[in-house]
Amino acid sequence: MLTSRHTPKPQVAPADSALIADLEEVLGPDRVRCDPAELGLYGRDASMITGRAGMVCFPLDTAEVAAVVGACARHGRPFVARGSGTGLAGGATPAGEVPPVVIVTTKMNRVLEVDAGSRTAWVQPGVLNLDLSRAVAHLGLHFAPDPSSQQSCSVGGNVANNSGGPHCLLYGVTNAHILALEVVLPDGRVAVLGGLDPEPAGLDLRGAFVGSEGTMGIATRIAVRLTPLPPRVATLLADFPTMHDAARAVTAVIGAGVIPAALEMMDATIVEVVEAFVHAGFPTDAAAVLLLEVDGLATGVEVQTGIVADVLRDHGARQVRVAADEAQRAGWWKGRKAAFGAVARIAPNYYLHDCVVPRTRLVDVLDEVGRICASHDLILGNVFHAGDGNLHPLIVFDRRQPGVLEKVHEAGQAIIETCVRAGGSLSGEHGIGLEKRDAMPLVFGAADLRAQNWLREAFDPAGLCNPEKVLPRGGSRCGDLADLPEGVWI
Amino acid sequence: MDLTGYPAPLTAFAEAVGPSGPVVCVGGRTQWDVGGPGDPAARHVSAPAGVVAHEPGEMIVRVRAGTTLAELADATAVGGQYVAVEADRPEVATVGGVLACGRSGLRRLGWGPVRDAVLEVTAVDSTGTLIRAGAPLVKNVTGFDLCRLLVGSVGTLAFIAEVVLRCRPLPETERWWRAEGADPFGLFGSLYRPVGVLWDGTSTWVGLSGYRADVDSQAAAVLGAGFTPVDGPPTAPGPLRRSLAPAELRSVPGLAGGGRWLAEVGVGLVHCDPDAGAGLPAGRPSPVVIDLHRSVKARFDPDGRLNPGRSPLGADALEPAP
Repeated sequence: MLTSRHTPKPQVAPADSALIADLEEVLGPDRVRCDPAELGLYGRDASMITGRAGMVCFPLDTAEVAAVVGACARHGRPFVARGSGTGLAGGATPAGEVPPVVIVTTKMNRVLEVDAGSRTAWVQPGVLNLDLSRAVAHLGLHFAPDPSSQQSCSVGGNVANNSGGPHCLLYGVTNAHILALEVVLPDGRVAVLGGLDPEPAGLDLRGAFVGSEGTMGIATRIAVRLTPLPPRVATLLADFPTMHDAARAVTAVIGAGVIPAALEMMDATIVEVVEAFVHAGFPTDAAAVLLLEVDGLATGVEVQTGIVADVLRDHGARQVRVAADEAQRAGWWKGRKAAFGAVARIAPNYYLHDCVVPRTRLVDVLDEVGRICASHDLILGNVFHAGDGNLHPLIVFDRRQPGVLEKVHEAGQAIIETCVRAGGSLSGEHGIGLEKRDAMPLVFGAADLRAQNWLREAFDPAGLCNPEKVLPRGGSRCGDLADLPEGVWI
Repeated sequence: MDLTGYPAPLTAFAEAVGPSGPVVCVGGRTQWDVGGPGDPAARHVSAPAGVVAHEPGEMIVRVRAGTTLAELADATAVGGQYVAVEADRPEVATVGGVLACGRSGLRRLGWGPVRDAVLEVTAVDSTGTLIRAGAPLVKNVTGFDLCRLLVGSVGTLAFIAEVVLRCRPLPETERWWRAEGADPFGLFGSLYRPVGVLWDGTSTWVGLSGYRADVDSQAAAVLGAGFTPVDGPPTAPGPLRRSLAPAELRSVPGLAGGGRWLAEVGVGLVHCDPDAGAGLPAGRPSPVVIDLHRSVKARFDPDGRLNPGRSPLGADALEPAP
């Protein structure tokens, strides 16, 4: 029988052939790819940055991942785990002088075990976020983290980035929903971090691993906490004559002792394109729209809806609507989550940030971000998780305009510095990756970064696991702005 | 060591820790046995105390590690909020000590693990340098999560000096009930966001919090006639605690022999006396995980000077690698 096992791969450097042979020994030739089209495809994620993949692997289970990582370790070859590639900070972009092996988890997409009584499930990392919630909906449960990319992003990617989403305001980000991780460490050994039990002996290495952006190993089985669906939900839409009023209303809602399940803001630019795109029923003459949700038991929802509506009106809301039915609620959320696909109607390229600022500084920071973009003659849209101060300023542009990229970069840097000056941080949910790496010294001192590096080195002393990410090494950015991928989200 | 930019009480604490010699950080000594007996020869230091600032609008509080839980609760209550961290003897137990031990209280089902309350940590590392991780923000993924690494590290990686904790609005009410012979697992499945479901094999305690009308209606709909109001959760037996998967709790009565125990249904913690504890499994990490612990410790505290004689794995895990 003919086999393609020893068929030479295209464009393979001689030094790579031994590694490829080892990888094919584990995965077979079909699941080790290195033709130029696929290397190009897996050379980037949804960020602006283009990297270079050495080869691309598609393992099916823990043993295969361990064997692939083990081969990389033996050959001293860097490797990068990749889920759905929806990350916006370059965390899954293969970076470095030696093109890393990209280990893709999309074929590891099974929900392995669900325990409805204990509200837990074991899943493979390639399971899509929304697929998991759909798989357990009939049990009255869901996976609470809900990034706007939830139709496409994987649970493994959520673990890597400690992902958020609108409803993390009440329910907490991914780390609060991960009980245990089976991980392949950077030397190929397998360990279980955390456990289904609440207080596993030892350090919270599970907690340290979540959000480590793929630099400490590859999660191959994930135990998630499932959350009961709330018995009652009320969704409110309020429109404001100014951004200031809307931003002050956000602080006032929290100050009134209510933590909404979600509290989102959209400015006029976003409302206009979203409305034209999905016809969600947003008021296009408003300067800002707040989308809020409260959930829980019937009385509490009723009480909180009343408090929130009063606060919104007191702070200048022209109109406060409560979704009449599930269809209207779904329409509003579809509008919110489609926002970043919709901006392609303005211009083909975008650049966005993910800074967090103290909620009480929202008004000042939004003003300053507006001024920065105006002074650079750039179009700005704002659509973000206002309840937790997580901004998503979105600069929309056409890269074909001469000089525009420089302006976008300058404005981006100024936005980051503004947020940090206001007591903010670089990323609320997208991660640092490559994109924000060199900004880390704005928020951390040398001793802080040294301690973070101790943790990383404890997991990966050889430095092969997703190199170049998160911690600055004095290098420059290796990326460039790229086209708006079709159907992007934040 | 660079201590610039930090307030004087923090730099004084860092200087007290210094760069060399065995040293132990002492809080309220309410969980002094956690992690092992400790080295009696180690020099004692204590973290500074005091609530620095509670910002209700940001839902955060900045507090020095030597502050007692009672002081913290009093300070946040003024702004109508609380921090979801509890421990026995709150008038003595310190924030830093409780976080270093990482153990939750009987309201964990509703409140979550203590690590989830921590947003920023300032700590003194083994070189006597102040380090900061996280941020005073309710949402943040900037940098590696040293906060969660330090919670439960029993002071063996760095000494917690100051933290920023997440606050929540105080509920309108919290009420507890008790019944004999109820089905705690059925109740866990039927109740929406209870603050606790506790079970000692005979009695079941249920805690509910939130809006009064919600608490009343849920109690009427789910708890039934057998439940009578009580002041709060029972006193947990001790001194042992066992961590089981919640599904394993159903077999506790058979395993626990004749001793006294109290299980947190839906959580998996079992508080027990030595008789009951003898029958319950004590978790033990795999050799690879123990090796990772050594790797972390070797980098954060290469000389083993921070809280010698203790380990987050327990004293018996301190044997050197073969």
